[in-house]
Amino acid sequence: MEIETQRYDVVVIGAGGAGLRAAIEARSRGLKTALVCKSLLGKAHTVMAEGGIAAAMRHVYEEDSWQVHFRDTMRGGKMLNNWRMAQLHAQEAPDRVYELEAWGALFDRTADGRILQRDFGGHRYARLAHVGDRTGLEMIRTLQQKAVASDIDVFMECKILRLLTDGDGQIAGAVGYWRPTGEPVLFVAKAIVLATGGAGKSWKYTSNSWECTGDGHAMALWAGANLIDMEFVQFHPTGMVWPLSVRGLLVTEGVRGDGGVLRNAEGKRFMFDYVAEMFRAETADSEEEADRWYTDHAGARRPPDLLPRDEVARAINAEVKAGRGSPHGGVFLDIASRRSPEYIRRRLPSMYHQFMELAGVDITKEPMEVGPTCHYFMGGVRVDPDTAATAVPGLFAAGEVAGGMHGSNRLGGNSLSDLLVFGRRAGAGASDYAEGRSQVGTVDRAEVDAIVEEAMAPFARSSGENPYALHSDLQETMQSLVGIIRTGSELDTAIEQLDVLRDRASRVAVDGPRRYNPAWNLATDLPAMLTVSRCVALAARERKESRGGHTRDDYPTADPQLGKVNFVLSQPGGDGWSAEIKVAPEPIPEMPADLRALLEESH
Amino acid sequence: MDVTMRVWRGDETGGEFRDYTLPAHEGEVVLDVIHRLQATQAPDLACRWNCKAGKCGSCSAEINGKPRLMCMTRMDHLPEGPVTVAPMRTFPIIRDLVTDVSFNFEMAKLVPPFAPPPPGPGGYRMQQIDIQRGQEFRKCIECFMCQDVCHVIRDHEENKQYYAGPRLFIRYAELEMHPLDTNDRRELVRQKMGLGMCNITKCCTEVCPEQIKITDNAIIPLKERAVDAAYDPIAWLGRKILRRHKRSPAEAQAVGR
Ligand SMILES: Cc1cc2nc3c(=O)[nH]c(=O)nc-3n(C[C@H](O)[C@H](O)[C@H](O)COP(=O)(O)OP(=O)(O)OC[C@H]3O[C@@H](n4cnc5c(N)ncnc54)[C@H](O)[C@@H]3O)c2cc1C
Ligand code: SF4
Ligand code: SF4
Ligand code: FES
Repeated sequence: MEIETQRYDVVVIGAGGAGLRAAIEARSRGLKTALVCKSLLGKAHTVMAEGGIAAAMRHVYEEDSWQVHFRDTMRGGKMLNNWRMAQLHAQEAPDRVYELEAWGALFDRTADGRILQRDFGGHRYARLAHVGDRTGLEMIRTLQQKAVASDIDVFMECKILRLLTDGDGQIAGAVGYWRPTGEPVLFVAKAIVLATGGAGKSWKYTSNSWECTGDGHAMALWAGANLIDMEFVQFHPTGMVWPLSVRGLLVTEGVRGDGGVLRNAEGKRFMFDYVAEMFRAETADSEEEADRWYTDHAGARRPPDLLPRDEVARAINAEVKAGRGSPHGGVFLDIASRRSPEYIRRRLPSMYHQFMELAGVDITKEPMEVGPTCHYFMGGVRVDPDTAATAVPGLFAAGEVAGGMHGSNRLGGNSLSDLLVFGRRAGAGASDYAEGRSQVGTVDRAEVDAIVEEAMAPFARSSGENPYALHSDLQETMQSLVGIIRTGSELDTAIEQLDVLRDRASRVAVDGPRRYNPAWNLATDLPAMLTVSRCVALAARERKESRGGHTRDDYPTADPQLGKVNFVLSQPGGDGWSAEIKVAPEPIPEMPADLRALLEESH
Repeated sequence: MDVTMRVWRGDETGGEFRDYTLPAHEGEVVLDVIHRLQATQAPDLACRWNCKAGKCGSCSAEINGKPRLMCMTRMDHLPEGPVTVAPMRTFPIIRDLVTDVSFNFEMAKLVPPFAPPPPGPGGYRMQQIDIQRGQEFRKCIECFMCQDVCHVIRDHEENKQYYAGPRLFIRYAELEMHPLDTNDRRELVRQKMGLGMCNITKCCTEVCPEQIKITDNAIIPLKERAVDAAYDPIAWLGRKILRRHKRSPAEAQAVGR
């Protein structure tokens, strides 16, 4: 079989913020660089990000510093974060934001003409650079335009199926197919960067787009890399709940940062009842103090509505369970009674538009109904903090697909900054690797043919499983059994159901041409979705405690011993996406004393 | 209650509208119904989408003859009767509702990049008021519906060679109005990008889901700056209120600090 073959120094898989930034870095080093993505350029999930990019630039609060940002990040992640990643992130984020501005981004301004920063949950100071509530669009467009000007070859609507390694385990390339034609394509590369984003599409209610099927997580695992922290899935506290067809769609935390508050059916600001011990000293204990904070961060403590996301999501869940929810099973998010219509429309234009168009709700007049939605993967490919290298030589990972940076819970705004900081580092790491390698690896043609054949198999079956039905059953399983609150018995059931789904997935049949065939495209996403779902369930079963984004009904408190380990997943059996997955605890890296001291300070 | 969807099915060799009937659900948008069709009656029905929230500009189609985002068009806001859904006409068909929009990406490659002076410590200084207009243009989600309706290229494949189209005109206008930019693109826009072919029909502005005032705020000022006033009466109108010469690097430097 003849197959289109592309040769590059560095191939970046994924064109969200992380992939674009990595490709720009590799190209700036003069390397021949390819950027591959499943959608059109500029449509990656990053485009949806709303609230902002966290960076201690000190434009609004002089008191801010990378040290405080580091501390907030570690506390938000319940200390499970990789300390070195959290440190690099806090230190480098400001430069990455300034760099975006030099590439053409137009952020909202302070009165003295600098980049304005807004408040967000878990951040002590107003820290998020933003453009209204469409920061992700600004970021992706800026990077896209920079990438185009840098002469990077872009392969759009091209899905990578598998990574290839050569005899000695080094990365050799990747196999995929063009969605518009269905024709296979082989990339031969000296180094590969994975920047494929998250995997929320395995849940029923999610803020994620169709692309978030965990392809990179799965491909890395299959190629011999390790995943960590997969049990930590962030449920964002405020997704839309009504109408059903938009359930899960995100309502930015910026609503609360800009003055919105959560209320239950009785109109009560219930968050005051849910302040965990760890956050009590820095959280307001009266509505009066909380309201004062918006204009006076020094003289008042922050409102409980802005606690880290895991805290708020659990509180909403509990209120609804206790029968104090809104008519459609959420709670109320009220900014209408607290800010002027002009202010709301100016600060939150796309939220205004989204509710007006999709729910018929005018958020300047009425409260919104909101509830938790599957939003972000803290877990991901284990990487070296400085170079973003994975356990597979020549394979690098950055952005949501990489694990470690956010520990058990990510703070809002810390993802966009993560994409830039570690996207750049991954691009540099891959460039170093490619430069040090005289030859590309050898690709095993039989392996390539087998991958293509497996992908095409659903066409060969005259009857079998419907990929849409399988996807929907997977979403039911994950939503009901591996959701925001978990128990051991339900996780066992989930794993049994995933076995059945895996079996069914090997019998998927599709019809029609290969060219732009969504049923087939979905069929090729299923192996990754099932693998990643299994990883989450397996790791969640092992972590017998509650911490950050992982809450166990049967182990409701944090266990200090488990606070010292990551669960690491690997697939030692190698080939075949259905091989068994191993879970093992490993101690988290030891933090140096000077950084530990930062965390122990009372503020 | 049932709804009937009249969906264009086919590829570059031709196609036809096909009717599908399915139960109506409360609160649904056109994209929801298309997704239900895929899951039930038409598994291989091709369409693009990503965010389902009006943010990515992937799901453009012609709904009852008008370009709209499928994910932001409520079924209950459409008139009763069958809903027709067709691909954008200006671009070559790939399959069903998916078109080949690479024209737009090729045109984007021809835009000379943003060229600011180097930033000082703590970034550039720019006043909100000076970037407001640029921010309006940067709301563009690249749905390409303005390109789709623009009559200069809608039924004139031959014009695509010399015509960037409204999406790119706002990009040129954005750079032209950026307080820090020093790259001069006016001759390019005038001579190679076909700005003169636009005769200000405003069809592009009408379809923009981001409500960008493409014609009034971008095209007309751009014409004023780029086209010699003697040949273009519309430009003459606006010239007094707008900056007419391009900023030098030194001037940009002074603004940015
Ligand atoms: C609604 C919403 C709002 C958010 N708001 C914020 C915010 O305000 N601040 C913040 O910090 N974070 C925010 N986040 C989180 C943040 O946007 C994401 O975590 C981040 O954008 C992920 O970026 P990424 O570059 O890792 O991947 P993505 O942007 O998800 O991009 C993944 C890329 O990989 C490609 N890809 C995937 N699989 C394959 C494959 N098999 N072959 C080829 N290509 C592939 C995709 O096509 C895509 O180009 C928000 C998220 C959502 C959903
Ligand atoms: S105003 Fe100009 S660019 Fe817009 S649709 Fe009319 S001719 Fe095309
Ligand atoms: S200007 Fe408006 S209509 Fe044109 S591509 Fe951008 S968002 Fe779409
Ligand atoms: S799917 Fe993103 S705009 Fe419609």
